[in-house]
Amino acid sequence: MASISGFLAGLRRVIWAAAAGLLVGGAVIAWFGTTGLWFIALAIAAAAVAASIAAQKVPPRQADAGDGPESKLPVLTPLHRELLEQLPDPLMLIDAEERVISANRAMRDVVGIDVERKRVSALLRTPAVLEALSRTFATGETASVEYVARVPVERHYQVFTARIGMMPTVAMLLMHDLTAVKRTEQMRVDFVANASHELRTPLAAVAGFIETLKGPAKDDKAAREKFLDIMSVEAERMRRLIEDLLSLTRIELNEHVPPRGEISLDGVVRQAAAALAPLAKADNITILVDAAENLPNVTGERDELVQLFQNLIHNAIKYGRSNGQVTISLRQTSATGRRGQEPMVCVAVKDDGEGIPPEAIPRLTERFYRVDVKRSRERGGTGLGLAIVKHIVNRHGGRMQIESRLGEGSTFTITIPAARKAADALVTELL
Amino acid sequence: MVDHTVKAFTEQLEALSSSVAQMGGLAEAQLADAIEAIARRDTARAEAVVGGDRRVDELQQKIEEQAMKLLALRQPMAVDLRETLAAIKTASELERIGDLAKNIAKRAIVLNQEPPIRLTQSLARMGGQALAQLKLVLDAYSDRDAESAEMVWKQDGEIDEMYNSLFRELLTYMMEDPRTIGLCTHLLFIAKNMERAGDHCTNIAEVIYHMVTGGQLATDRPKADLTSQTSVPFTKKE
Repeated sequence: MASISGFLAGLRRVIWAAAAGLLVGGAVIAWFGTTGLWFIALAIAAAAVAASIAAQKVPPRQADAGDGPESKLPVLTPLHRELLEQLPDPLMLIDAEERVISANRAMRDVVGIDVERKRVSALLRTPAVLEALSRTFATGETASVEYVARVPVERHYQVFTARIGMMPTVAMLLMHDLTAVKRTEQMRVDFVANASHELRTPLAAVAGFIETLKGPAKDDKAAREKFLDIMSVEAERMRRLIEDLLSLTRIELNEHVPPRGEISLDGVVRQAAAALAPLAKADNITILVDAAENLPNVTGERDELVQLFQNLIHNAIKYGRSNGQVTISLRQTSATGRRGQEPMVCVAVKDDGEGIPPEAIPRLTERFYRVDVKRSRERGGTGLGLAIVKHIVNRHGGRMQIESRLGEGSTFTITIPAARKAADALVTELL
Repeated sequence: MVDHTVKAFTEQLEALSSSVAQMGGLAEAQLADAIEAIARRDTARAEAVVGGDRRVDELQQKIEEQAMKLLALRQPMAVDLRETLAAIKTASELERIGDLAKNIAKRAIVLNQEPPIRLTQSLARMGGQALAQLKLVLDAYSDRDAESAEMVWKQDGEIDEMYNSLFRELLTYMMEDPRTIGLCTHLLFIAKNMERAGDHCTNIAEVIYHMVTGGQLATDRPKADLTSQTSVPFTKKE
């Protein structure tokens, strides 16, 4: 509206100026002839140039609002802007062309940096969100839809859109994190499914032996000893399974919560290696830790990282050659993410066992996947060790790489980003 | 995006790339829903995917029209030309991904009438990998980021390896118990479709790389799909 009335006023001014020009021109021709007209025209032109220069020097009305696209917003005081910036829920303001006016810090964690002036469709492609937004712009109704971000860690959001201004048209898009709720739901389903499926076999075995002991083998001492041994092995297996399932569930529940502590991976690896030293000694395996100097710390949960490396080193001992060697090397590397170049710490756990067949490698982190079911059972594996590792790595924003050659051994490489300065931390890290 | 003297040109180019992003979002949602339909045995969702493919096709037509208009009226040069062509190419790859999602959904409807089989979870995991590749490559398109496009291109081997593994396992299942052949064939095709979706992502990655840098990614991508040469020896189970 404002722009239309402004345009009309301008038009009126132009028409008046033209009329006045014609009048003066006619008078001049009548009095002085055409030569005089040229002089007058020159004078007017000079005056116009001077006026336009003067007009440029006058500061624009909203110059103090900064020169970003935000300056379009009529009233957004520094206080308001800071308020939006510090909001823990992701929020962005969007103009009528569906371009981002501004995004707060939590939103930048979701969609990346430098998003101003970009189209929303380039950032949140999900059709439901885009439809909700255009409906909000068209009708002014608020809308609420679900949005799932799947990479790097699955996150569920409820997205709210509302039109908050008409001159100029501005809409807001607010996201509310539902990940914790969704995960709790999912965890219950998965836990029951996994537990009932995997516990059925050992439980059936134990029940069967109890029946035999009560019936036919009631007074057979030798058989009783043997059966009790088997039963205790099976019970032990169930205990381990439940323990692993519980720790997997716990880690999965927290997978979307960024870790908090700042710790040295060197110390973590040495602690894990020390804990497994007796086991390694039994198989006559030596564990060698080779750490580069001046490694940066990483952001991580100590207990989880210790468990991660314990699982990896335990695997290396279990599937390594006897009298062999497990080598753990720590190095600094770097990787490019959506936030630019980032320093990383990379830990490689190498064994000299018989290796893993190539077709099994991509599926190692699947829960209950075993390369060799019989052997894994003998070695007391639950089929969950690497699934746990994978989830811990995900939570820490890292990567896992598995290389293996049959007959030569396998290397599990974990890469975890180095600790950031507090100013660069994700909002969720600070909550 | 570079500014042009004619502002409408910049706007048309942006509208084009926004349509491609939108189509990408739609293809992503279709593939995600198809995978979810398998993992959760959700027939209603599968039917929605089959019905939703039309919208992907419509968007592709819209993008082609937009691109054609741009080519005819603005005669784009250099990066603008590459961007216009990239939009056309990406749209046709996305359309293929949409078709694959539709096919997966159709098979999901059949699968859901059969008793549940544990392998569908492995299949859903593989689908998750393909979906992650699609998301990363679409992000690379929006960010005009040749480096992440190249990363997606290199990572495709992981999906291929997963496919090899599932292929072998399914063959073994079928040999052990011929009654599962019907079911396993559907699973095999679903796995193949996911692997193809991954390949289309690498094609898009190549298009993006060319659009941003003007150069080509090396022609021989690290291929790891060995199923065309795989045979599993027949072993009679006792």
